[in-house]
This record gives sequence, C-alpha cells and structure tokens, in this order.
Amino acid sequence: MRLDAFSVCYNYDIITAVDNVSLSLESGEFVGILGPNGSGKTTLLRVLTGALKPWAGTVLLDGEEVHKMRPKLVAQKIAVVAQNGYIPFPFSVLEMVMMGREPHMARLSRESPQDMDIVFEAMEATGVTHLAERSVLDLSYGERQRVVIARALAQEPGILLLDEPTSHLDPGYRMEIMDIFKSLTRRKNIGVLAVLHDVNLASVYSDRLIMLNRGKKVAEGLPWEVVTKEIMKSVYGVRAVVRKHPVVGCPQVMLVPGFIDGRVEGESPKD
Amino acid sequence: MKPDPVTHSAYRAKRKKSLVILTILLFAAMVIAAGVGAVTIPIAEVASILFRRIPYISKYIPNIGAQDVYETIILEVRLPRILLAVIIGGALAGAGATLQGLFGNPLADPYIMGISSGAALGATIAISYKLPSFFPGLSSVPIAAFLASIATMTAVYFLAGVSGRVSMDTYLLSGVVVSSFLWAVMSFIMMLSGDSLREIMMWLMGSLSNKGYAHVKMAFPYVGFGISVLLVMARDLNLICLGDDEARHLGVDPEPAKRIIMLASSLVTAASVSVGGIIGFVGLIVPHTVRMVLGPDHRLLLPASVIAGGIFLVSADTVARTLIAPSEIPVGVITALVGAPFFFYVLRRRKMSES
Repeated sequence: MRLDAFSVCYNYDIITAVDNVSLSLESGEFVGILGPNGSGKTTLLRVLTGALKPWAGTVLLDGEEVHKMRPKLVAQKIAVVAQNGYIPFPFSVLEMVMMGREPHMARLSRESPQDMDIVFEAMEATGVTHLAERSVLDLSYGERQRVVIARALAQEPGILLLDEPTSHLDPGYRMEIMDIFKSLTRRKNIGVLAVLHDVNLASVYSDRLIMLNRGKKVAEGLPWEVVTKEIMKSVYGVRAVVRKHPVVGCPQVMLVPGFIDGRVEGESPKD
Repeated sequence: MKPDPVTHSAYRAKRKKSLVILTILLFAAMVIAAGVGAVTIPIAEVASILFRRIPYISKYIPNIGAQDVYETIILEVRLPRILLAVIIGGALAGAGATLQGLFGNPLADPYIMGISSGAALGATIAISYKLPSFFPGLSSVPIAAFLASIATMTAVYFLAGVSGRVSMDTYLLSGVVVSSFLWAVMSFIMMLSGDSLREIMMWLMGSLSNKGYAHVKMAFPYVGFGISVLLVMARDLNLICLGDDEARHLGVDPEPAKRIIMLASSLVTAASVSVGGIIGFVGLIVPHTVRMVLGPDHRLLLPASVIAGGIFLVSADTVARTLIAPSEIPVGVITALVGAPFFFYVLRRRKMSES
C-alpha cells in the first residue's frame, strides 16, 4: 500500500496553509513530519485523509484519488490517531475499539466473531484488554490514547497517520506508544506518517523526516540530513547543538538558551 | 490471548435482553393504563380484550367474560389515547436521544431546534382564528401545528445554511433565534385572542385528552418513518458524537449523515408535537436515564429510548387523567413533576453503585 501526494496546495480563504508539497509513504516506512506551529502539518494530514480537498495537486492512495473515494473505503486503508478529542458519553473501552470495525461492516450487520477477534487482538497489542469494560471517561490520558490506538489497529489499516499522538504524555507513556507504532511498521508492515512536535523523538523513530515551514517543504531526507544546526536555526529560529544519540546513533538536538549566548558562541560542536 | 468468550457473548446478550424486558414492560403499562379510569376494569379482562385484537395470537386468547361495555370503553376511548401516548413518548425520547448524540451534548432535547415554537404558533393561529377542519375526526389544530412546524424546520435548515457546510452551533443558534421570533408572534396573537387563551395554554402545556384514532393515524406514519431512519443511522451517530474528524476517520462522511439525522428527528418531533402539544421532559430525561442504565451505544440506546419513552408517557398520562378525575392535569405537568425526581434517583443510585 502506498500514499502519494503530488504538489498539494491548500488555502484557508487567502491564507496559504499548504504550499506545493509532495511526499510519498510506503508500507513499512516510518516518516516523521516536523515543523513549527502553524506550518501546515495538520492541514496537510487532513488533505491526505481526503477530509480537505486540495486546491491544486492530488493525493493518490494506491493510485486512486483519495478525495474522490468514499470515506468508508479510505477508512479501510488509512487510520488516524490524533490528540485525544472530547468524548461526550461514557462509551466502554470495548465499544470504543469496536468502532474501528465500522469501515469493514455493512450498515445493519452485527460484528462477527472475526471482528471480535480483531478487536481483542488490537486491545492486546496496546495493553488495554483489562480495561475492556471500563468507561473511557474514567481513564487517564495515556490509557485513553492507547484505546484510540487500539481502535485504529482494529481498522486493520495499511497506513497510519498520526497527529502529535504523544504530545500530552509523560516520557514513559510517550516511548511506550512510539514503540507500539514502530513495531507496527515491522510486524504488520504498516506505513506510518507522523506529525511530531518533538524533533528528538522524531529523529529516533523516523526512517525519513520531512520539515515544513510556512506551508512549504524545506527539507526532506534521513534524520542526519534534516536535523541540522542550520535548519533548526532557519526554521525554528533557535540556536542548537546537534549530537549523536549514544545508543541509537541518530542526531539529537540540544537547544541553547539565550542567556548563555556569549559562552557558547565561540565553541564549535565536535561532529 | 484469545478473545474472552464471556465478554463477547455478554456484550450481545445485554442488548437483546434489555429490549425484550422493555417491550414487556411497555405492554404491561398499556394493559394497566387501559384498565384504569372512571370505570376500573380487571386486568385479565383488559388483556383479553386487547390481545384478541392482535392477529395471529388472537385464537390463543380466551374470551373471559368481557362485557361489550368494557370493550367499547377500552377500544374506543382508552386505546387510541394509549397508542398516542406510546407514539409521542417514543418519538420524543427517540428524537431526544438522537439530538443529544448529534450535538454531543447531554442537555439537548427535541425542542432545541425551534420546531415546538413553530407547532405552537400554528396551533395558536388555528385555535384563536377557529380555522375550519378538512379532515373527519381531526380539528384544524394538529394540521396547522404540523404544517407550521415543518415550515419552521425548513426555515431553520436554510437560514443556518445547512445545504452548505456549517457547524452544528450555527444550526442551534439559528433554531434559537427563529424560535424566539415565533414565540413573539405567538404572544402577540395570544394577546389579541381573549376567549381562546385558556385553550391555547392547555395546548402549550401538552395534553392527550380528546384524542382519537384520527390523531394516531396522523402521527404514526411520520413518527414510524422518522424513527426507522434514525435506527438505521444509529451506528453513524456513535461516530458523529465523537466529532466530525473522528467520524470521517472511521468511514462516515459526517455532513450528509448529520443532515439526514437532523431532518428525521425534526420530522418525528413535528409530528408528535402537532398531536400532543409541547410535552416537556420526556425527550430529555428518558434518553438520559436509559443511557445511565444501558450505556451510550446508540444501537441499543435509540430503540431502548423509544420503548422507554412510550412506557413513561403512557404511565404519566394515566396519572394525568386519573389523579384529580373527572378533571385532567396536562400531561406535561406530570412528566416534569415525576421526571425530575426520578432522574435524580437514577443519578444517585448510579453514583452509589460506582463507589
């Protein structure tokens, strides 16, 4: 399964949110999208799911134009995990994860034993099986996010789009959830496209990175090609030192605060 | 780990069992209601008279000494009113459950979209100008109320620009504004219509007195059709109440689905308000109570609310017509008086069972 965007543009009235962005994602790949606030990351994601129709350019899901496909068909192939939304009613965890089967079910049919198997397998994968009967409203933010991920897995997607899925989580939960996503690319050959805020996290987990700024793609490539001192400066306007992660070997950014300016100026990073 | 078979089957059995129990309760409430009144009729005889009217099972029901008088009272006087209570109660509770899901707001009720104000204006005009009726057995009031509420529904729909892409908030706001405009017009007409004021007030409070099969026939097709549509959309409603994006990610295009759901619930509300007046609280409290007991899954919540709404309104109406007989209390007064304390009872019990 593959997702390709060709020269996609999207405007909100006169404000350009996404400007001529092309990208592609294949099965088993983990691609991170980085960029400052308001750089068009979320809008790009919405164009990729077909929720927004691009003003120019096109998005192809396995060669088919995504915004012309029925949402149900798209949902059979693409699952989305965003930040937790407002849930108005106390759905149980089981009911919530079961909703992931909706794209595969006919309108008036009941879920089959196979659907149930898939749902329980998904809950198992994110470790929420023991919460099955609990109301999602009683769960912590981290637990709730794992329920939403289980629901996405129950969709049996070929492609997973993530919109800052870990931004409100503590380091423990964050690594746990990112590990789940990474293992999906290996075990299930799912392609993951993740909008991430945390540059270091993105660098650790992504095979490829895309950097957006003001709606434009300003860099794309391996983490070492995108996470550089120069790009950190030009995109985020921050002074940064880039070092190698001692265990993973990917680039890690250390930000230099303003008050320390004078002392760091003369020192040059060793690598 | 293999899926837990207990959880699996319990999950499905719960649905079936609750609906069966509610249906039995509904029939019980109808039978009791048919026996209670100025003339009290023993339950066995009521059951015999009623169930012999149902095809297929009629031959198994013994005819236990039911006198013709009883039969006339039950079939001609009480049954149409009971059926109407079931239809209206079911319609209001079903529409309420739907709108609470649609707006993702547990405070929504069927009247939130201004339909009741349209119906009220129609009824007020028909009553104070004594419009002539064209249908046998049906005064001009329900007809005028229905036409006006459909007109209101259309107006709110287009004023909010729902044909384009618009948020539910705009729709709600449009409903509120149209509704206060209509109430103003109605108050003006009421002010000028000295002698029919009491009749208008009675209508506004909601009452099922002096209703016959003509009213049942008028309301049932719209309510039946609308509720069927809503039941088919129950699954979409589960996703829509989580937000437009979530719904889309799970394969439901939210805009057309919301439009269908809105129109169907408006139709159901319009039909029931036209024949029963503005009966408050049913559409708010019944879905709430059902949700607290059975959970928020609309595939169970909607049908269960419809049946429970029927039970609730039949019971409330029975109290309304017997409590200070031969006078009647408007049933809307009873639903509010009984509904509010009952609601808190359920709320408390739930809190206690949780701790």
